[in-house]
Amino acid sequence: MTQPVVPVGANTWILGTRKGAWALKPNGGMGEPWFFGAQVHHVLQDPRGSGTLLAAVRTGHLGPTVYRSKDGGRNWKEAERPPKFRTKEEYENSPLSADDPRRQGLVLDHVFFLAPGPASQPGLWFAGVSPIGLFKSEDDGVTWDGVSGFNDNPTLAKWCYNFAPGTPDGPKCHSVQVDPANPRRVLLGLSGGGLFLSEDLGDSWRPVNGGVAMDFAPPKEDGTEYEYGHDPHDAVIHPANPRRWYHQNHCGIYRLDWNDNGEQRWKRIGNNMPKDVGDIGFPMTCHPKDDKTVWVVPMDGGTVWPRTSVNGKPAVFRTRDAGESWQRLDRGLPSRAWHTVLRQAMAHNGGTSLELAFGTTSGEVWGSADEGDSWRSLATGMPKIMSLTAARLD
Amino acid sequence: MAAVRVRVAPLLYSYTGGLKTIEVDAATVGDAIAAIDRRFPGVAFRVIDEQGGVRPHMNVFLGEQSVRELDTPVSAGAEIYIVGALSGG
Repeated sequence: MTQPVVPVGANTWILGTRKGAWALKPNGGMGEPWFFGAQVHHVLQDPRGSGTLLAAVRTGHLGPTVYRSKDGGRNWKEAERPPKFRTKEEYENSPLSADDPRRQGLVLDHVFFLAPGPASQPGLWFAGVSPIGLFKSEDDGVTWDGVSGFNDNPTLAKWCYNFAPGTPDGPKCHSVQVDPANPRRVLLGLSGGGLFLSEDLGDSWRPVNGGVAMDFAPPKEDGTEYEYGHDPHDAVIHPANPRRWYHQNHCGIYRLDWNDNGEQRWKRIGNNMPKDVGDIGFPMTCHPKDDKTVWVVPMDGGTVWPRTSVNGKPAVFRTRDAGESWQRLDRGLPSRAWHTVLRQAMAHNGGTSLELAFGTTSGEVWGSADEGDSWRSLATGMPKIMSLTAARLD
Repeated sequence: MAAVRVRVAPLLYSYTGGLKTIEVDAATVGDAIAAIDRRFPGVAFRVIDEQGGVRPHMNVFLGEQSVRELDTPVSAGAEIYIVGALSGG
């Protein structure tokens, strides 16, 4: 899930779609689109109380940028200095190897993922981008700079398959998560590349993929695990228990309970999913207060990876015991549909009466007011939904 | 430096405050785009990426000639067109 902590009093679902963004009010009403015609990969409201909305926007012609609103989306202003990679000239005297693609100059394709910094640093934001890169803003989204400890890290090229396109729609830096209990600890995911952890707010990074399967590569001849190269789809540091992490991977569903005395290792809790459903999917959504409850949306990861509802039967799955068992939740959902729920397209509203929603690649929005026991249609006929987040719009 | 006229397509009007034509002094096509960026900050990055290349779905014409090299010289009275490319069917 891309938004483990949501703004207090969230009352609106924000849809980022292939053709613009929309605010979906509780009464079902939708106003005029924002950024009509543009690809909106993510819209996020600051959960730290500033009210700032940021939007990751890309038009086919004009390239990628970030927009910012301070009035609940009534007015948007483009970042004065949007994310952009360093020029090839700036890498001339760097320690990067001669064949590192950064030496030829990377061109930003799209901003994919927006994340607030620590609560103790209002105004600090992160942005994960494609090709793989990480940016930060220290002025509430007005100007953006590369996180040098990540973007200029000599080992980054090894971690992310030398910036190769690979993943459909481009490689992604996503799931940027600041530990609420340790504001210098940051987790992020690379598709592909794996999960990486910083303990110094981005200056240095190390892989944290122990225990994660990688069935798209042959076993290592020495019998050891791959340290990186994995494909996490969506990862979260649990806001109610930051020592517990969950993630949905290309190769299963995982939980990690922080180990103070050794290596951090993931446990494949997806092994407890029904075998005829499997444990492949994109979103990982966690309950805001209960660290044993998460929701996933399985998809077909068999044969040629159609990435649709398994057997054309949409369902959400929930665990109440940290992944030891799972319940299928499909009451109200269509009996037959072939959509995908992308990693940024499922959220909760953070309320005491918790509501959930997800958006589909076929432009439908489904909501639940009973923690997933039943679902109702909130919207149809929308463009491909790429993100769904909760915001408070007055 | 030569006085040239830059005509922009509607997809850039939000950057130029609705202006369709901007007159600037420039020695090259790149100069002209830099000049309009000084007046309308941010517009150049919508046309040229961070490595100095014209974005793949943008086109720049000097008169009728498509230009991808920004150091292409311009002469007095030249007209530069910045338009969205025909991308797809």
